[in-house]
Amino acid sequence: MAVISLKNINVTFKQKKSEIVAVQDESIEVEKGDIYGIVGYSGAGKSTLVRTINLLQRPTKGSVIVNDIDMLQLSPKELRNQRKKIGMIFQHFNLMNELTIFGNVAQPLKHSNLSKVDKAKKVNKLLKLVGLDDRADNYPNQLSGGQKQRVAIARALANDPEILISDEATSALDPRTTNQILALLKQLNRELGLTIVLITHEMQAIKETANKVAVMENGTIIERGSLLEIFTNPQKPLTKDFINTATNLDEALVKVNELLTTQPLADDEELIKISYVGADTAQPLLSTIYADFDVTTNILYSNMEILTQTPVGLAVAIFKGTVANRKAAKASFSDHGVVITELQGGTN
Amino acid sequence: MGWIQEHMPNAYALGWSGDYGWGVAIWQTVYMTLGAAIIGGIIGLLFGIGLVLTADDGIAPNRTAFQILDKIVSVGRAIPFIIMVVAFSPLTQLIVGTTIGTTAALVPLSLGVFPFYARQVQVALLGVEGGKVEAARSFGATNWDIISDVYLREGRAELIRVSTVTLISLVGLTAMAGAIGAGGLGTTAIVTGYQRFQNDVMWTATVIILLFIVIIQFVGDLLAKHARHN
Repeated sequence: MAVISLKNINVTFKQKKSEIVAVQDESIEVEKGDIYGIVGYSGAGKSTLVRTINLLQRPTKGSVIVNDIDMLQLSPKELRNQRKKIGMIFQHFNLMNELTIFGNVAQPLKHSNLSKVDKAKKVNKLLKLVGLDDRADNYPNQLSGGQKQRVAIARALANDPEILISDEATSALDPRTTNQILALLKQLNRELGLTIVLITHEMQAIKETANKVAVMENGTIIERGSLLEIFTNPQKPLTKDFINTATNLDEALVKVNELLTTQPLADDEELIKISYVGADTAQPLLSTIYADFDVTTNILYSNMEILTQTPVGLAVAIFKGTVANRKAAKASFSDHGVVITELQGGTN
Repeated sequence: MGWIQEHMPNAYALGWSGDYGWGVAIWQTVYMTLGAAIIGGIIGLLFGIGLVLTADDGIAPNRTAFQILDKIVSVGRAIPFIIMVVAFSPLTQLIVGTTIGTTAALVPLSLGVFPFYARQVQVALLGVEGGKVEAARSFGATNWDIISDVYLREGRAELIRVSTVTLISLVGLTAMAGAIGAGGLGTTAIVTGYQRFQNDVMWTATVIILLFIVIIQFVGDLLAKHARHN
């Protein structure tokens, strides 16, 4: 059952003389409990697309159904009430500087029916959930970026939403703080059953959290699937780009290239990329091909990720042996479900 | 006192509480400044808020309303104040019943100051990050909530700052109105002092006006500092 269903969404912005198409006839379905990652470079339209979920951006065409409610049919008052069920956090936190941390988290409760005492209880509970119960009386400027985002998360949860939209929420944070915030989002997803739509330009963030991924470019989703599918079998060049950055393959290849300029490959050597899914596959094969085909391997780089409980591995290695033997060795890898790519001079 | 009597005979002769006394002049200036600040301030604040809300990227975009507000403010700012005082005297006559005196001066002063203040308020409120407004919309805030809890509260330090600037320019306007009979320190400086060659009177009035401005600036800075948490 999809909790968010965007159908044939078009968003165009009218300029003085031209029209800019931000989102072009795109649809997306998010199931309850999903952490749905949407990745793309800035200007790809991902922010515009997710902003149609709570109608911060009205689509030029298309339908927006959230929790079985047609958002576009709502009166302004009904829309405000529905928005309370869709929390949102932002890249620059967007906290109110003139309110205390307590005041910020309490702000969405302004028109709620809770008594003053119950509101205070709720705010304190939320601050505890994000680990900031001792900072209630501080002002936002007294907090670090990661703490500010925690406050923003507490504020987004004030009205017990079932959906949380995260708009580049970790893009202004350092890597360590990013991981803490992502861990918090995962915890909320697990403990509260919160459905999360996460947009980012960092594949790393998606890799850590999401179970589904969509890749956006020029206002359209060019590729989508489960995290595992996208990571192990990317189709589009842009998707491969993002994944290579996330697995540090790009960086590794630069170094491999440097190495190869000083120590060029011999005639009986070739550069190979090995990718595999699942544990215990690639490593034993490396010794097998030596025993069976007299092919030696020199691993220059290797990386393993656990994506939704499945190990996904990647290695760059030099195979050394006769042409026929190398060919047989590669075939043996393929037979075992390991994907072999020949790298021409270290390019991917 | 002896020194003042000797070196500033004319200023001394005016006394404190007579019709043209210093106390009366000071009170008239305070009355005109505060009166016009309240009337012009409220109108200017409403226009300033209106300009921000009805702009294309505002929370209640309305091109017609924006254009009307914008043109009124632009034209109002373009008319030199000294001309406004005389040009709007029929309106003053209609509202106050006379065109002479401090209460009559409140009409052109309010008209003169509100477009200036409206622009200042507009700029101050546009300084509030759009992200804060978007966050408020995302958690279901009404437009009234956004005006009071986002624009006015988050922009309050900046509003205090532009109010200070406006108040200071308003003191200047009261002096200009004083030149053509509104009363206050402007009348004392120009009519009693300058036009009758009593330079000591002119300079005394100028120094008092200067003191006004120093005090307003000091209090404004203090309030702005206390209103800000970032």
